[in-house]
Amino acid sequence: MVAVAFAIARLRNLFTIVMLMGVFSLLSAVLYVLLSAVDVAFTEAAVGAGVSTLLVLGTIALTSERGDYTPEKFKVMPLLIVAATGVVLIYGTLDMPLYGDPDAPANKHVVPRYIEQSGAEIGVPNIVTSVLASYRGFDTLGEVVVIFTAAIGVLVLLGRGHNRWRPGMRAGVGAKREEEEV
Amino acid sequence: MNSHSILRVVAKFMIPFIFLYALYVQFHGDFGPGGGFQAGVIFAVGFILYALIYGIDEARRVLPAGLTRTLLSLGVLLYAGVGGLGIYLGGNFLNYSVLSSHPVSGQHLGIFLIEFGVGTTVAATMITIFFIFAGQDR
Repeated sequence: MVAVAFAIARLRNLFTIVMLMGVFSLLSAVLYVLLSAVDVAFTEAAVGAGVSTLLVLGTIALTSERGDYTPEKFKVMPLLIVAATGVVLIYGTLDMPLYGDPDAPANKHVVPRYIEQSGAEIGVPNIVTSVLASYRGFDTLGEVVVIFTAAIGVLVLLGRGHNRWRPGMRAGVGAKREEEEV
Repeated sequence: MNSHSILRVVAKFMIPFIFLYALYVQFHGDFGPGGGFQAGVIFAVGFILYALIYGIDEARRVLPAGLTRTLLSLGVLLYAGVGGLGIYLGGNFLNYSVLSSHPVSGQHLGIFLIEFGVGTTVAATMITIFFIFAGQDR
């Protein structure tokens, strides 16, 4: 993943970069599977590696394959700041509990209740589904509205102008991509 | 892409299975990994494949713009409607236990309906965004 990330940062051909971003997403999906988060991995593989790549490819087809590139000379200060931030972040992770530690705060709070009670309360074997759809139903409603808003945004910006009152309104609309978050 | 007969035949062969798999992910999300989000994306990918192989206009004939826009809103409305129905039947917003005489079957029904709403909206969103992007050059 690190190698792919470096390649994405260094390459200039946008088509290659899009393909590598798909590879990166797929590798993340594998990582999620290794962490036993199959639902998240599924989403990452379908959305990140699949549809996002397609949408970005569509954007490239509309614009151009080569990005604007201004050669930059090597600067020391930004590298120092990035390195210092990285060191601080890694130092922060030293305090975190080990992965899978049963005493970790994340495993102490509401998780035992979900695991013990959701079978009786919801009756759905997949606890992820019962948390997503029932216990956290309001959050999921918000996510659906976010996706809905993304579609509305694209429609408003790039739509064909199927507008009864203002025909032909989509003259001179520039291409702009909406980020969809799932 | 009229000349690519292999692509056309393989796509024609694969699209029903993609839809079937999407429906499986949609309705089996209670028991295994999956759910509305993933199913919606896979369903949309079926249509996107069709559009890639046979052209946007053909795909638009199957699935007109008005239909995707209607489905787009219907998904959200279904989700919020199930929540509202919970209030109407005397529970809280998005409390599915009151949807049926038995709380657990009410939860099943509620989750089924809202996952269906999620899937509808996600699929319609992806199809809309892709069609708009791909249809820009005309």
